[in-house]
Amino acid sequence: MDFTLSDEQKMFAETAQTLFADTCTPDHWRKLMEAGEVRHEDRWAAIVENGFTLVLLPEEVGGLGLSELDFALIAEQAGYVALPEPLVESAGVAAPLLAALAPDAEVLADPAAVIAIQHPINPYVAHADGAVALILHHQDEAYLATPDQVKLTTAESIDPMRRLFSVAWDPAKAQKLGAADWDLALDRAAVFNAAMGLGLAQRAVDMAVAYAKERQQFGKPIGSYQAVKHHLASAQVAIEFARPVVRAAATDLGARDMQARARISHAKIVALEAADQAARASIQVHGAMGYSWEVDVHLFLKRTLALTGTWGTPHFHRNRIAQRIFTQPVGPDQTFARENHHA
Amino acid sequence: MQLDYTAEQKAFRAQVREWLEAHVPSAPLEHFDATREGFETHREWEKVLKSGDWGMVTWPREYGGRGLDLIQWLIFEEEYYRAGAPGRVNQNGIFLLGPTLIEFGTHEQKQRFLPPMAAGEEIWAQAWSEPQAGSDLAGVRATCVLDGDDYILNGHKIWSSRAVFADWAFGLFRTPGTDRHKGLSLIFFPLNAPGVTVNAIKKINGHVGFAEIFLEDVRVPAFNRLGDEGQGWHICMATAGFERGLMLRSPARYQVAAAALAQLWAQRKDGADPTLEADVVRAWMNAEAYALNIYATASALIGGAKIGPEASTNKIFWSEMDIHLHRTAMAILGAEAEVLPEPGEHAWLDDYIFALAGPIYAGSNEIQRNIIAERMLGLPR
Repeated sequence: MDFTLSDEQKMFAETAQTLFADTCTPDHWRKLMEAGEVRHEDRWAAIVENGFTLVLLPEEVGGLGLSELDFALIAEQAGYVALPEPLVESAGVAAPLLAALAPDAEVLADPAAVIAIQHPINPYVAHADGAVALILHHQDEAYLATPDQVKLTTAESIDPMRRLFSVAWDPAKAQKLGAADWDLALDRAAVFNAAMGLGLAQRAVDMAVAYAKERQQFGKPIGSYQAVKHHLASAQVAIEFARPVVRAAATDLGARDMQARARISHAKIVALEAADQAARASIQVHGAMGYSWEVDVHLFLKRTLALTGTWGTPHFHRNRIAQRIFTQPVGPDQTFARENHHA
Repeated sequence: MQLDYTAEQKAFRAQVREWLEAHVPSAPLEHFDATREGFETHREWEKVLKSGDWGMVTWPREYGGRGLDLIQWLIFEEEYYRAGAPGRVNQNGIFLLGPTLIEFGTHEQKQRFLPPMAAGEEIWAQAWSEPQAGSDLAGVRATCVLDGDDYILNGHKIWSSRAVFADWAFGLFRTPGTDRHKGLSLIFFPLNAPGVTVNAIKKINGHVGFAEIFLEDVRVPAFNRLGDEGQGWHICMATAGFERGLMLRSPARYQVAAAALAQLWAQRKDGADPTLEADVVRAWMNAEAYALNIYATASALIGGAKIGPEASTNKIFWSEMDIHLHRTAMAILGAEAEVLPEPGEHAWLDDYIFALAGPIYAGSNEIQRNIIAERMLGLPR
């Protein structure tokens, strides 16, 4: 039993933090938004160069063969900067699914290639327009298509950095990959969305703290008022108690049992709740400025809103937890229990 | 991260379970705050625990402990709550004062006070608060004046848990002429010393869980001062860290309650408000999150980290989780919720009433939020 990160994991997370902090500032988002873009080529190149798109791919296909926890730490940092690029969707969910079904797929040979995924649980495909390939589903089976084989219809997201599409396509014209492990894709996506939620939440709090130290009312910084302090302290409490759940969920994801699924669902619910609480507290602390387009808090609120409903609603995830607690032993000796193997 | 127990840890769990199964009283004891008899039965239980060498598992062996690490402590606590073993009457001593003594005491003080604490021979009360100094502990007015090798203590303490039946108390005293947190010392005094008057204060549930203590020229040896004169504030803040942090509230307590709630729901859900299931699920999530957080903290501490102001987040989380959990139970019980439990029944109502104190004691949650805002987030005072 050791609930700490390894030095390697800490180093990986720090690399991601530095890269994102340098290249993904509010200034960068503003420029992208003005240009109507959701991807910055230099940043994507740097992400690829650091190997972040290879973390979850097996070594046989040229990947690093690392764990979901390693990737979750990067996803957390991606959330902290509200990363516009589809790193998590492509490298965290779509690419590993494709590698399991078709390790020889040409698109896997290019670590810079973005792969989009249409999952049965989601109504839309995110970032399909910038993808080199799309994984699609038809009667539970997976298909691989190129952008010219499909017709995309835009569904505009409240999040200016997310591009959503409905996809019309003909299974006869796409490459059939066979029966896919859609549940594993969902579990990964849920954990990584939760990890992004931690980052989104912490950023919203940090922005509000910085503002509350500066902004003066009645002759002193608003951050010295107890009501303001308590909004932010409560959000921080939510973050502190979501983080270990996310890390435990990422660590145990591979067990693929009811306990692991419940932990993943728990992580998805509480991390995005923390993000929601933090974003709303941050808007409140920023006052009228917080409700303006000019202040960046709204980007974190909107990303939180998007991630909360996608890859399984809170209702869906709560039902998975209910299944675990009403059919498996619960109690203090069951924290790290596995299905059919009770402590 | 490695979230499986080692073979050694599993063997330890089995050892704890076996011992508890053989020794935990079959019928629940009367609450230690209810009557002197209830208190004494708990003192007997502490002696039984000590006989198995389970008095205080994390303390060094030479001071009456077992020398175990924090993961083993968590396993012990999990088995302790799972077995339904009696509440620890000496928790002020073993979880608050003990760790503080180990950190700040001299070897002689540790030898004198720790072994009888671990054995239940001396039960401790805390005497921090005063009528004018609750959360604002720096406002303490009770005094200590050095007279030769002794201190003369005077003052008025209040909200002292366990003090009605306990043997010893630890309190904060001021060197006359000092102000705020400067000049405070942490001093131990026997509750039966000449000049000490203890008056019981009934709690919301009628138990005599609190006392006010009047000290009139109470003489204690200077040996009873922990740390240097004037260092009391610093030491008390460390103690408060233990209290708000992992020691006072082991996760197992809430995991047992959440499991019982899930069972209550399974029995009563027919005809009940279906939206309550989400609250039952939430109660389990909270208890799990708390457990995972404490495992993470314990692992970090074993790895050499120090506990910081994040301890204040624990206090808010467990106190709010406890109320949410028991409010859910009250809602499931519906019209039966108001009925006092029969002996041997699950005491949802008692536990709900107790949970209501959570956001008040050990530093009110308002104070905790200020601490988080100022010391974790860096907001101005």
